[in-house]
Amino acid sequence: MEFAELIKTPRADNVVLHRPFHLAVEGTLCLTGHHLIFSSRRQDNAEELWLLHSNIDSIDKRFVGSLGTIVIKCKDLRIIQLDIPGMEECLNIASSIEALSTLDSVTLMYPFFYRPMFEVLEDGWSSFLLEQEFELLSSVTNEWRLSCVNKEFSVCPSYPPVVIVPKCVDDDALRKVALFRHGGRFPVLSYYHKKNGMAMLRSSQPLTGTNGRRCKEDEKLVNATLRSGRRGFVIDTRPLQVAQQARAKGGGFEQEVHYPQWRRIHKYIERFNILQESFIKLVEACNDQSHNMDRWLSKLEASNWLTHIKELLTAACLAAQCIDREGASVLVHGSEGTDSTLQVTSLAQIILDPRCRTIRGFEALIVREWLQAGHPFQQRCAQSAYSNSKQKWEAPVFLLFLDCVWQIHRQFACSFEFNEQFLIMLFEHAYASQFGTFLGNSENERAKLKLPQKTMSLWSWVNRPEEMSKFQNPLYEANSLVIWPSVAPQSLQLWEGVFLRWNRPSKFLEEAEKERIHIIKYNKELQAKVNALRRRLAELEAQQEEEEEA
Amino acid sequence: ENVRLLDRLSSRRAVVGTLYLTATHVIFVENGSETRKETWVLHSQISSIEKQATTATGCPLLIRCKNFQVIQLVIPQERDCHDVYISLIRLARPVKYEELYCFSFNPKLDKEEREQGWKLVDLNEEYNRMGVPNNYWQISDVNRDYGVCDSYPTEVYVPKSATAHIIVGSSKFRSRRRFPALSYYCKGNNASICRSSQPLSGFSARCLEDEQMLQAIRKANPGSDFIYVVDTRPKLNAMANRAAGKGYENEDNYSNIKFQFIGIENIHVMRNSLQKMLEVCELKSPSMSDFLWGLENSGWLKHIKAIMDAGIFIAKAVAEEGVSVLVHCSDGWDRTAQVCSVASLLLDPYYRTMKGFMVLIEKDWVSFGHKFNHRYGNLDGDPKEISPVIDQFIECVWQLMEQFPCAFEFNERFLIHIQHHIYSCQFGNFLCNSQKERRELKIKERTYSLWAHLWKNRADYLNPLYRPDHSQSQGTLHPQIAPCNFLYKFWSGMYNRFEKGLHPRQSVTDYLMAVKEETQQLEEELEVLQERLANLQKSQSGNNKVKSKQQDQSKKIGLYTSNNSLANTPQEYSNDLKSFPSRSPSQGDEDSALILTQDNLKSSDPDLSANSDQESGVEDLSCRSPSGGGCLPSEDSGKDSDEAVFLAG
Repeated sequence: MEFAELIKTPRADNVVLHRPFHLAVEGTLCLTGHHLIFSSRRQDNAEELWLLHSNIDSIDKRFVGSLGTIVIKCKDLRIIQLDIPGMEECLNIASSIEALSTLDSVTLMYPFFYRPMFEVLEDGWSSFLLEQEFELLSSVTNEWRLSCVNKEFSVCPSYPPVVIVPKCVDDDALRKVALFRHGGRFPVLSYYHKKNGMAMLRSSQPLTGTNGRRCKEDEKLVNATLRSGRRGFVIDTRPLQVAQQARAKGGGFEQEVHYPQWRRIHKYIERFNILQESFIKLVEACNDQSHNMDRWLSKLEASNWLTHIKELLTAACLAAQCIDREGASVLVHGSEGTDSTLQVTSLAQIILDPRCRTIRGFEALIVREWLQAGHPFQQRCAQSAYSNSKQKWEAPVFLLFLDCVWQIHRQFACSFEFNEQFLIMLFEHAYASQFGTFLGNSENERAKLKLPQKTMSLWSWVNRPEEMSKFQNPLYEANSLVIWPSVAPQSLQLWEGVFLRWNRPSKFLEEAEKERIHIIKYNKELQAKVNALRRRLAELEAQQEEEEEA
Repeated sequence: ENVRLLDRLSSRRAVVGTLYLTATHVIFVENGSETRKETWVLHSQISSIEKQATTATGCPLLIRCKNFQVIQLVIPQERDCHDVYISLIRLARPVKYEELYCFSFNPKLDKEEREQGWKLVDLNEEYNRMGVPNNYWQISDVNRDYGVCDSYPTEVYVPKSATAHIIVGSSKFRSRRRFPALSYYCKGNNASICRSSQPLSGFSARCLEDEQMLQAIRKANPGSDFIYVVDTRPKLNAMANRAAGKGYENEDNYSNIKFQFIGIENIHVMRNSLQKMLEVCELKSPSMSDFLWGLENSGWLKHIKAIMDAGIFIAKAVAEEGVSVLVHCSDGWDRTAQVCSVASLLLDPYYRTMKGFMVLIEKDWVSFGHKFNHRYGNLDGDPKEISPVIDQFIECVWQLMEQFPCAFEFNERFLIHIQHHIYSCQFGNFLCNSQKERRELKIKERTYSLWAHLWKNRADYLNPLYRPDHSQSQGTLHPQIAPCNFLYKFWSGMYNRFEKGLHPRQSVTDYLMAVKEETQQLEEELEVLQERLANLQKSQSGNNKVKSKQQDQSKKIGLYTSNNSLANTPQEYSNDLKSFPSRSPSQGDEDSALILTQDNLKSSDPDLSANSDQESGVEDLSCRSPSGGGCLPSEDSGKDSDEAVFLAG
C-alpha cells in the first residue's frame, strides 16, 4: 500500500492552530505518511509542530460555512484544534488523518520507516539481556539456573526464550508445569532479594479447575524457593470470589492442601475495561471547563483512578513487606499473569531494590518485567483516553504502573536517578513512538516482526548522553535502603505531569525546576573549584617545603 | 503513671509513659527508652478534650489541638482520668489574659531586645513604603483615642479630601463604625484598596457623608472615574442584613461606583467546613473515595477558592484597570481582611518576602481589629465566635506557593509556624481583639513578639527557590482563574501535620536548603583558598614561609551527602499478615543505618509545644535536611516514621 493513496490533500495553507495556553498561529499544514506537520513559516519566529499519526487517538470535524475545524485528540492527552479554510480540503485532510492514524498493519508503522539522525553508540536491543542479569545473580547465589526450555517459544508463547528458574527443577518438569499454568506461564524468578535470599516469583493462575487438579512439579518448583521450615506467600491479584469462579473455566488458585507451606493473600487489582473507563473518566474530569470546585472533586473521585493507584501500591508494598520484613518468598499471579502481576512485581522491586531506581536499572526493569515478561503493549496501548473504540483488551495498565512509580518518586524525591520527564517519556513512547521497543505483544511477536533488525530501540536513543541529561534528577543521591511509601489518601496525588500537562500553566513550574537544577549545578561547580584549589595549594606548599629543605 | 499513648493509625503501637500537667503544658514522658522522649502540648493549643468509654485497659482520653494534633491517651485509673480531664478542661479555657502562656514565657532576652523585637514591624514605615502620605492620602488622627472606632488603629490613612466631619459622619453609617480606610496603595497608578464594614442602609437609608467618603476615595485616584465596591458576602446574606438596618451600597445613591458581590460564606459555614474536613483527616485508614468524597463534602477547597477568586478580582482591578476598590463584608474584620491581604500579596512582591509577610499580617489583620481572641478561642468564650479565618488566608498563601514555587521568600514551614503561634499564645502579637485592648494590656511591655523570634531563625524559613531577581518574584502574580479547579489541593502538610508518615519522606525544600547552605560554605572557603594561594605565590616569590592554618575547612564538604538515609518500616498494607508469625516492628530497623551526627540536630523552635529531646529529631532529619533546617520539634516521630506517630514513640 502506498501512503500517498491515503493522502488526498497533502498540503493546506492559511491553517490556524489553537492550543491551550498558546496564542493561535497561522501556518501551513502538511501531511506525510506518518506525520502531521504544521509550520508557521513566519520569518521572525518559525514554529513547527510534528505529530505522529499514531499518536492521534481521535479526530472530530465541524464546519462553520466553508471554514472547517478539526479537533485532534492525542494519545499523550494533548488536544489541538486546526481551522482549515475550504470544505473539501478539510474533509480530505480529516479522512486522511483518520486513515493514517488507524493503520492496521504493524509493519506499516513509523518505526519501520524511521531512520535515526543520531549516531548509535549502543544498540538498545541488546542492552538488557537476561544473561547479564543472571550473571549478577550467580555472583550471590547458585540456587538458580538459566533455562532455555522456551527457546522456540514452544512452551510459553508469551515468555522470552530464556528464563531463570530454581536450579533443582529441570526442563522436563518445567514443560509439565507449563501445562498446569494458564498460557503456559510457569513460575519464574522475578526478583532475588540479596539481603535475605528471598525470591519473588511470578506466573499465571494454576489450572486446577473444579476438580482440584494438582501438579507435583509445580509444587516442587515453588517450594524450591523456600528455606526449610519457612513459609511463603502467594499474592493473588484477584478477589477470592473471582479466583473461585475462575475454577469453572479451568483456572483456579493454589489450594492449601497441596501448598501447605504457602499462605494465600488476595489483593484485588482492577483490570481491563474498568481501568480503561477509569482512565477515560479521569481525563474527562481534567478537561472539564466548569467553574465548580465540587464538581471537580466528585469527578476525580468518580473516576476511581486514585483508588486504583492506592490498591496497586498497597499490593506492591505488601509483596515487598513479605520479602523484606517477613523473610518469605512470594509468588505473584492473577489470571494470565501479564498485567496486574507485572505491576505488582515491578513496583515491589522499585521499593526493594535501589538499582531499579537508577536510569539503567529502571530501563532494565521495564525490559525484564514488562517487555520480556509479555505484557501485550500493542493491545493495551492501541488507544488512549479519547478513543471510542472500547476494545476489551485496551487498558492503561502500564500508565497506572508509571503513575505509581511517580507517587513513590514524589515521596522519595532524592532516591531516584531519573526525573518525572523520564516517566512521561515512557508513557508517550508506549502509546506512539518512532522506536520499535513497544511494538508487538511479546518477545515472540517481536522476533517474528524482526524488530531488532528493522527498527531502532528506544534505549539506543535514550541512553545517549545528550538525551540522558534531560532525564536526570538533579536531587539524586543513591539510597541503598528499602523505601516504604505511604498509601494513605492524603499522600497520593493526581499525576499532574501527565493528566494536566496540557491544561495547566506550566511556566512557573518549569522555572522552579530550572532553579533547582541551577542550585545543584552551582554547588557542584563550587565543589570542583574548591577541590582543585585545595590540591593546588597542597602542591605549592609541598613544593615550598622541599625548597626549604633543600 | 503508666499512661499509654496510642498511635492513631495503628492500635498496635502504643508507648507507656508518665503524664504531667503543669501550669502551661501537658507533658508526656515515655518510660523505658534511654532518651525518655517527651511530648509537650501547650494548654492553649487544646481545642477539645473527650473522655471515652472506659475499656478493660483503662480510660481513654482524646485531646484535639488547634494545630491539628490529635493525642490519644489511655489512663489506667478512671479516677485519674477524670481528674486529668477536669483539670485540662479548666486549663484549656483560661478566663483572663494573664493566664496565657505569653505572660510567663521568657525567652531570656533583655528589655532592650524585647523592645527591638516589637519594633521589627513598623506600620508607619510600611505606609511610607507604599508611598503615603502623598498628594491624595493623609494620615488622620480622628481615631486618636479610639474615639470614632474602637476596633480600628489610632492611625488611619484616608483620602486628603475626606475631612474629619466626613469621616465621623461616614463612621456613623457603618457597622461598628468601621469607616472606609486605606489598606493598600498602588504607587504606580494611584489605585488603592480601601476597607470598611457594611453600610447601615437598611432598605432605603442614605448618608451624605458616607457618599462623600466614597467620592473622596474615587478622587484620590484621578486616573479612574469610578470605584468598585466589593461586598464579599453572598448576595442573599447581604440582603438579609437589610432587614436589620444594615446591608449594602445602592448604586443609585453613590455616584460612580460599580457594585459587586463575591460570595464568600460566613464564619459559621467556615467553622463547620473545617470541622468536616478534619473529620475526614481523622478517619482511620480511609479509602480513596472516603477521602475525596469527604473533602468535597466539606466544601473547604471551594471556600478557599472563593477567597482566592475575590483576591484575584481585586488585584486585577487595581493592577490592570487602575481602579480603586472598597472592600467590605459585614463587620469588615474577617472576609475583608482575607480578601485585602490576598489581593495585596498578589499585587506587591514585598509581601511575598518574609519581612513583608509579617508586615501584611500586622497591617490587614492585627491593626485593623481582626478578633484574634474570639476567632481562635484564646480565652474561654462563645464557641460560635470561633472560626478558622486566618487559617484560610494562610492556606491561600500556600496554594499560591504551590502555583508559583519561586515567588515567595519563605517556605511552608514559615506558614505552619505562624499558624501554630496564632493559637499558642506564646507571643503577644495575636492577643486580644483590637489594638485598643492590646494597648490597655500593655502587651508590648509584658510579652515578646513572634516576628522577632521568626526573624532570628529566618534561615530555617527560606524558600531555596526564591531569587529576588526572578520574574516570579516581581510584579503582580496572575494565578489562573477558573476553570482551573484542580490547582487547589488538600494541604496535608498543615492538616495532617503531625502524621509524618503521610508526608513525602524526602523533602525537596530541605534538601535544597542544605545544598544552599553548603554552597555558601564553599563560597567562603573558595575565597579563603584564593587568598591563601595569592599569599603563597607572593611569599614564594619572596621566599618566605607561610604556615597553613586552615586545613580544617575541608571537613565540611560532603556534609549533606549520604545523609539521605531513610528509616522506616512498612505500613499495615494488609491485615492478613497479623496472624502470621511476624517479626516485631521494633526489631526491624537494621536498614535504617542513620548516618547522622548529633550536631546536625538543631531544632528551629524549641519553644513549640513539644518534645525537646534529640532522639525525635533523628527520624525527622533522616528524611529531611541533614543540616537540620529545623523540623518542628513538636512533630514527633517514633522509630517508625511512616506509622504517623503523633507523639513519643
